[in-house]
Amino acid sequence: MSNGYAHAEGAPSMHGHDHAHHPALQHHFSTMSQQREAGVLGMWVFLLTEVLFFGGLFITYTLYRMWYYEAFALASKSIEIVPGLINTVVLIGSSLTMALSVRSAQTNQRKATVNWLIATIILGSVFLGIKVYEYALKFEHHHVPGATFDFFGHAEASGEGHEAPAEGVTMGRDQIQRTTQIFFSLYFVMTGLHALHMIVGIVILFIIAWMAHKGRFDSEYHAPVEMTGLYWHFVDIVWIFLFPLLYLVERH
Amino acid sequence: MSSGHSGVHVSPLSTYLSIFAALMVLSAITVGAAFVNLGAFNPIVALAIAGVKATLVILFFMHVKYSSRLTKLTVVLSLFFVAILFAETLMDYATRGWLNYTPMGQ
Repeated sequence: MSNGYAHAEGAPSMHGHDHAHHPALQHHFSTMSQQREAGVLGMWVFLLTEVLFFGGLFITYTLYRMWYYEAFALASKSIEIVPGLINTVVLIGSSLTMALSVRSAQTNQRKATVNWLIATIILGSVFLGIKVYEYALKFEHHHVPGATFDFFGHAEASGEGHEAPAEGVTMGRDQIQRTTQIFFSLYFVMTGLHALHMIVGIVILFIIAWMAHKGRFDSEYHAPVEMTGLYWHFVDIVWIFLFPLLYLVERH
Repeated sequence: MSSGHSGVHVSPLSTYLSIFAALMVLSAITVGAAFVNLGAFNPIVALAIAGVKATLVILFFMHVKYSSRLTKLTVVLSLFFVAILFAETLMDYATRGWLNYTPMGQ
């Protein structure tokens, strides 16, 4: 496998005429900027399908939240805010390092490109680690939907008293049991699919970091870094909406 | 604001750092606002802040501010499709019982 589209025979010049093709220019494109533009557009069309994919989950969340608002408020209040907030900071931080990696590629800084990609991988892994801790807590508290689900079990066992019936809650105990399970089902599906996207993203980041290390990118050609960035930022945006919807219901 | 020789816009470092700072401040405001009783406006405020954060990420981190009009159109189109998804589903939610669940004898 040949590494190094560029650099091998000196930097390709785009100042010359059409004879000086960049080695990464595919034959069906006329110029590098046309090729880049097509790539960006294609990536956004893919992200459009992703927006609709997560959109389906968000509308499901919205409907159930309207039907069982009390359950959503109770269940959301049982989630610890701090790990979620730390993860928000970590993930937005990883978006910053990702953006800086793309910028380094744009400005021909190979080493910085690789380093910012590695920083992004580390921050993404920290996010997933905290997510594992949060999931473990849910299993411990019997807040995982299924046969062992018991919304009150943990609060009663640890002597924190009844989380319900709290003020204004009109549902009976078994109604709360059933409807809070819906919240936690959505919690696991939404954060789970988000985490799956991050795992895929981290695998891609490793590949891109390796390609960058091998000198495959320069200021003319760094589409893989840029596309990975678009994907990573999209995943960040999903979390920006998930955080208030899952962690911050009726906190006052 | 400079541009590479292939015409790609390169944002200055300061842009990325200030966007990051703005996103951090907005995250703090989201958490703070959740603990204040705003009644029906709590979820609206939360979603509005999330919307502003998403817009900042899209415009500056994802470079849509400097993208072609065709790319911008695709971005807006994705929001439009989601708006249809939400509008139609909520319409169903609001109107489904209009005839079927009229109390008997009335």
